[in-house]
Amino acid sequence: MIESIPLNYYLILSALLFTIGVVGVLIKRNPIVIFMCVELMLNAVNLTFVAFSRYKTDLGGQMMVIFVMAVAAAEVAVGLGILVSIFRNRASISVDEIDLMKG
Amino acid sequence: MTAQLVLFGILAAIALVCGVSMILADNPVRSALFLVLVLFSVALLFLSLHAVFIAAVQIIVYAGAIMVLFIFVIMLLNLGTPERVVDRLRPQQPLSVLAAVGVIAVLATVIASVPVKSQMLPEAIVGPSEIGLKLFTAEWLFPFEIVSILLLVAAVGAVMLAKKRI
Repeated sequence: MIESIPLNYYLILSALLFTIGVVGVLIKRNPIVIFMCVELMLNAVNLTFVAFSRYKTDLGGQMMVIFVMAVAAAEVAVGLGILVSIFRNRASISVDEIDLMKG
Repeated sequence: MTAQLVLFGILAAIALVCGVSMILADNPVRSALFLVLVLFSVALLFLSLHAVFIAAVQIIVYAGAIMVLFIFVIMLLNLGTPERVVDRLRPQQPLSVLAAVGVIAVLATVIASVPVKSQMLPEAIVGPSEIGLKLFTAEWLFPFEIVSILLLVAAVGAVMLAKKRI
């Protein structure tokens, strides 16, 4: 048995990382950077999962992290594919100009 | 415990500073490289939580594969130059700080309900064998198969979207 630092520290750190991701999504206009901020948010959640998995001695948290990573990889592949096809059609990918589906 | 605390402090500081620099950088390539640093420090935090396999996967999949994909698309679409478009949503930026405060407040109320004390934990390194045993036996086998189909669909979908003529 070893003494560990409080679980709160990990939770606070991942909350801060998540918030940085939220702010990034709100203020950036470049869809690639917005994707990166989403990745940052997913990573913050992964950190929470692993921390709880360690402190509850339950492997379920790490299983969830593996699935989150798989889904993130799928999301990035499809998202970047969409960006490439948008760029091919209009030679610009500023999120302000992509308003085709705006109601 | 103090050594652990110091290590945690250093890694957390690197992660936070690089995260903030990532959203403040004008150049998308710089943002990507800062994100790589954040991912590396999170991988080291996984190691400090004894999740060896997850830390390795984090470096290989995130810092390796996903970031290469990002850099590749930035180079492909020639987005390496800073944003020069007119920012129509400039007034949104102060509001985003407000949103950040809101998110922090919500998360803080949840985190405040977790008791603050250092626990005694068993020394349990979680390597690939434990993960594999859990992943390929009854409990997690079905989600694992579903996620493999999801990855296949995503790969086919990405090719379909990015191809000029099918």
